[in-house]
Parts: sequence; structure tokens; C-alpha cells
Amino acid sequence: MSGGPNLPSAQIAGNPPVGEHGALSCGKALKFSPEARKRVDHLLTRYPTKQAALLPTLWEAQREWGWISREAVDHVAEVLELAPAFVWGVVTFYTMYNRAPVGKHLIQFCTSISCHLADAEGVYAECRKRLGDLKPGETSKDGKFTVIEVECLAQCDKAPAVMVNDDDYAVITKDNLDSFLGGLK
Amino acid sequence: MSKTPVPKGFTPVHSARFGKKGSQKLAGYEADGGYASWKKVAKGWKSGDFTPAKIIDMVKASGLRGRGGAGFPTGLKWTFVPPKEKRGGKPVYLLCNADESEPGTFKDRLIMEEDPHQLLEGMLIASAALDVKHAYIYIRGEMVRCAEVLNEAVAEAYAAGYLGKDILGSGLDIDLTVHRGAGAYICGEETALIESLEGKRGHPRIKPPFPAVSGVWDCPTVVNNVETLAAVKFILDNGPEWFKGMGRNEKNTGPKLYCVSGHVEKPGVYEAPMGIKFMDLLALCGGMKGGKKLKAVIPGGASAAILTAAEVADLPMDFDGVAAAKSMLGSAAIMVMDETTDIPKAVTNISKFFAHESCGQCTPCREGTPWLNKMLKRLIKGEGKRDDLDLLLQISNQMGNGMTICVFSDAAIAPVISGITKFRDEFEAYLSKAKAPDFALAAPAEVTPKVADRVAEGIHG
Ligand SMILES: Cc1cc2nc3c(=O)[nH]c(=O)nc-3n(C[C@H](O)[C@H](O)[C@H](O)COP(=O)(O)O)c2cc1C
Ligand code: SF4
Ligand code: FES
Repeated sequence: MSGGPNLPSAQIAGNPPVGEHGALSCGKALKFSPEARKRVDHLLTRYPTKQAALLPTLWEAQREWGWISREAVDHVAEVLELAPAFVWGVVTFYTMYNRAPVGKHLIQFCTSISCHLADAEGVYAECRKRLGDLKPGETSKDGKFTVIEVECLAQCDKAPAVMVNDDDYAVITKDNLDSFLGGLK
Repeated sequence: MSKTPVPKGFTPVHSARFGKKGSQKLAGYEADGGYASWKKVAKGWKSGDFTPAKIIDMVKASGLRGRGGAGFPTGLKWTFVPPKEKRGGKPVYLLCNADESEPGTFKDRLIMEEDPHQLLEGMLIASAALDVKHAYIYIRGEMVRCAEVLNEAVAEAYAAGYLGKDILGSGLDIDLTVHRGAGAYICGEETALIESLEGKRGHPRIKPPFPAVSGVWDCPTVVNNVETLAAVKFILDNGPEWFKGMGRNEKNTGPKLYCVSGHVEKPGVYEAPMGIKFMDLLALCGGMKGGKKLKAVIPGGASAAILTAAEVADLPMDFDGVAAAKSMLGSAAIMVMDETTDIPKAVTNISKFFAHESCGQCTPCREGTPWLNKMLKRLIKGEGKRDDLDLLLQISNQMGNGMTICVFSDAAIAPVISGITKFRDEFEAYLSKAKAPDFALAAPAEVTPKVADRVAEGIHG
């Protein structure tokens, strides 16, 4: 249901005031760039309701700011005339909206059944170890890598399958792990 | 040419252009005869040579059944949309289900990446037949590159006048929008997909009303899988008899894309006539990896019951063939496991998937899926309790009596029930040092026939 890279501790520590939503703050008010705003306005012409543009508008927000902060939620809510708490409720349902900043390379290991049959869990653990004993969802100190586990990426013939940001990588094993990581600059 | 071998005497259909240079581009598609059917439909629209009824009859006559999981007859589904005079002025929507998230499934992606125009042409023909003015492709969030290919194809189709206003002078107006999801398996369930498209959490709806009557934005809505809609184009190209001529019998027709993964030499998407025998399919894949022995097969994605090597030995891989073996063809995601596979670990892995993906609306599913996963995890660590297998079956039983909003819950228990009943000794082995249970079971576990039937029926709604 929910998942993705987030920082549960920070969310608990920053308990939102009653009536507000629980997104992390990025510390400053946000507004779409004119180009992003243009794309959002175009989106609105493709649906009979403004609300239907919520998922693609959140994608625009993530593209602009890298993750969905409290201020991003507020801005998207304003643009689409929705309640911020509603928008946050939608954000938390989907795994791909980052609820905290992530590293430059978001490495996503599929550990579903076909990849499991090719030892995906082992490669996932090894990858975190080689990047400095990262915990699941943790970002490396240099801010370059965040490693998470995801479900089937529809590349089961290329098991173990991995995605880095928006790109697909096929057959990542313990043997080629170093060259795979070395390729991510 | 197809990227993978096909059975002798079979000419590839969906995969014919896969791997060909520029297969995604409109020019290449047209050069290979693409959009000929759409042009025929558009040309014949005003003269009445082509009517919605004619197209629907062709689809019905072809025997086409939905490729998204349930195998529901497509032509019949289309007739559930109320006639114009009963729609109160509401538009009809066509939604292409490109959420493809069932573990083991990767065929729709290939159609969209390699030959996106076959899908667009199928959707245009379906839109004309169903009086659709705006169609959507709901593509899973992870398929970013694939969505880019689709968007380019859509732009090309608009520029060529195949999409848009008064298409090719037919008077038909059809728009098409690619909509990206954001990571949630449940959004593949058609009513969850509808909620998600509306901009909400992907919570399945209680049925009825069925989408054909009241779907997205409370309007009549048809949801079909990528491969299903693409098949419509080929039915118009070659006729329903041609389509029907491929396949095992009247009820299992047409070409089919099979996704084969796991312990085979060459995993991939293989196209074959519906109903190819499992062993023939395995041979196309180059056989078992490293020449190992076959142990078990999951024939239709993680939601399907596991079959033993003996059960698949002579199994026709079509809707009714796999259902007769008390599993389902589902999305034709065939996962092959060799003799080294640890079945309890595989089942535990699948239970993790379902625990992660439950949408949380229904108590049996929300609570049951993590319970199964936790117990199985404990079991494979060697820390299980003596009655655990019966308890697992009992919990499964309580999750699958049709008490949930959608059939996800039934899907979640299929691998657990089939795994434990067919490979019980492997599970027992993990319990060899098991301690007494914390509490006694009220009654010995048995899977009620109702649950077994629902699982066997092919549970996708
Ligand atoms: C949990 C769940 C997940 C599903 N996922 C998909 C999917 O990813 N793609 C798909 O086409 N159908 C999926 N389905 C089936 C759809 O609900 C629906 O039956 C199908 O899209 C109808 O298209 P068809 O008639 O062409 O098969 C899923 C069903 C369930 C219950
Ligand atoms: S069965 Fe599970 S996935 Fe389906 S609606 Fe209920 S809680 Fe959600
Ligand atoms: S199981 Fe890993 S990509 Fe499908």
C-alpha cells in the first residue's frame, strides 16, 4: 500500500498540528516554474475534472523538486482546488512519490517471485553492503545512492531486474554489481 | 519476425514486428499495412458499411477473451454498455489497462514498447464501436520509457489525422490520453484503476454497479487489457474466422503472448496459438536452465495456484485448460521452477508481495495478508510452531469466502493453499524442530470447497 523512500522517524517527530497533513517540510514555499505550470495547464485540458489531473500533476511536482514536500502538496492542492489533506492521502497511497529527498540515483531492486528465483534478495543486500552498509531506503553519505526494494518491474525475463530513477537495468548479479554501480556517476 | 522462436507453422501476429528497426514509428507501421483497418472503418462510417454493431459482431464471432486475467469474452462485455438513449447524455469511456504489475507479467510492455500503433489502432476501432470520444491508457508508473514511446506514437497519430476531430472525414471525434500511475499493484483491478484515474487512492469499488454501466466519472466505461485491444485490430485485419482458427477450441481462440520467466534457458515473451501445450512452450524457451528437472510451475502470475510438474505435463495453456487443473491462465505469466527451488521460500516471497500490495479496505485482506507473510517468514527461519500449516490454511480460508470488495484476497491465498497442499512435506521439513503452538486450533483446518472453487475459477474480476 504505502512504501517508497520516506523517513518514518522524521514524520513521527514532526507530528503535524491537528487539521494539517503529515508531509515533511522543505522549508520554503514552492511554486511551479512557468514551464511546469504550462504542462499542468495542458494536462487539465485532457480530463473532465481537475482532480483527475492529480497523479500527473504530482509527477510534475516530483520532477521539479525531486520529492513531495508539505509545500509541494500545498501548491498542488491550490492549483487543482483540492484539500491539501486529500492530496497527501493520495500521495501516501502510491509508492513512487518520494516523501523525503532521495539520492541522485534511486536504485530499485525487484524482489518479487521471478527475481527471487534469481537471488534478487541476495544481490539487494550485497548492494547495500557495498555502498557502506545502507539500511533499506537509506541514502549514502555522499547523497549519491538510495537503495530500495520494489515489487515486480515487468522485466521478469531479465531477473534480477533493477530500475535506477527512470531507467531499466537487466540481470544485475553479485558478479556484475561493481560495474553496474561504477556506471552510475 | 518476432524476437523469440514461434511454433512450427505459426505466423506471429502481435509480435510480428517486434525487434524490427523503427517498429515504433508510424511510417514503418504504415509501410507494413498498419492503419489499413482503421482507414476502412473511417471510410465506411458515413456510408454505413461499418457500424458499431458490425464491429462488435466481428469481435464476438472471433471468440476473443480478455487477456488481462479473467478471460471474459470481450464482445459480450462491450454489449453491457447501455444504448445511447439510455445513457442520459453521458459519454462512454474506454480505458486501456496497461498497469501490468502482476509478478511474472511483461507482455503488454513489449507491445507498447515495440509496436505501440497496433494498440492505438485497436483502441480506435474499439472507440468507434463503443461510441467513445475520449480513451485513456492507464500505464503503470514504473514504465516511464514505455510511456514516452506511447506518447510519441499518440502525437504521430494525431498529426496523421487518425486521432482527433472528424477523423479522415468520417465524422468520428476521438481523443486519446496516456495516463501514468504511480506505483500500486491494486490499480490493475479495473475499479481501482477507475478510482486512480479520477485522482484518488486506488481503492476497488463494490460491484455492482459494473463499470460498463457506471464507471469513471459515473459514466459507462469499458476496461480492457492492452493485448485484448491490440487483438481487435488484427481481428478487423484478417477476419474473425482467421482468429478463431488459431487455438485449441471454440472457447480458447487467437494468438497469445506468453511471458515465461524463472528457470528456463531463454526467458522471454513467446507468441503461440492459444492452448499450446506447456511442454511445447518450454521447448521454445530452450528447455530447463542447465538441464535441471522441472519441479513446479505458476501458470498465470503470482495470483495463480501452483501446479506440479506432473500437472503441467500435458497441460494446454489456455483459459479453460489451466482452469481444469484448478489454477488459472491469468495474464499468462508462466513462472518455471526447477528441482532446486525451495517452495516454502517461494510461497513466502509471494506472500510478501500481497502483504505489501493490499489496499487495506477490507479487514480479512488487510489483516490476513501480513499474517500469512509473518507466519511464513517465521516458518522458513525454522521458528514455526507445530500447528502452523493448519493455521495458515485456516487463515486463508477466512480470507477467501468472497467477503472482500475485490478478488485480491482470493489471489493472495491461492499460492499459499496450493503450495501447502501440494508440497506439504517441504513445509513440514521446516517444522521438524517446531515447538508446541501458543494456542490450540479450534478445529482442524480444511479448505472449504467454496474457497477452492473461487481460487480455481480464475479469480480476476
Ligand atoms: C488485483 C488485480 C490486479 C489486476 N491487474 C491487472 C493488470 O495489471 N492488467 C490488466 O489488464 N488487468 C488486471 N486485472 C484485471 C482487471 O480487473 C480487468 O479484469 C481487466 O483489465 C479487463 O480486461 P480484459 O477483459 O481485456 O482482460 C487485475 C485484477 C485484479 C483483481
Ligand atoms: S480485497 Fe484487499 S485489495 Fe481488494 S479491496 Fe479489499 S483490502 Fe483492498
Ligand atoms: S519479478 Fe522481478 S521484474 Fe517481475
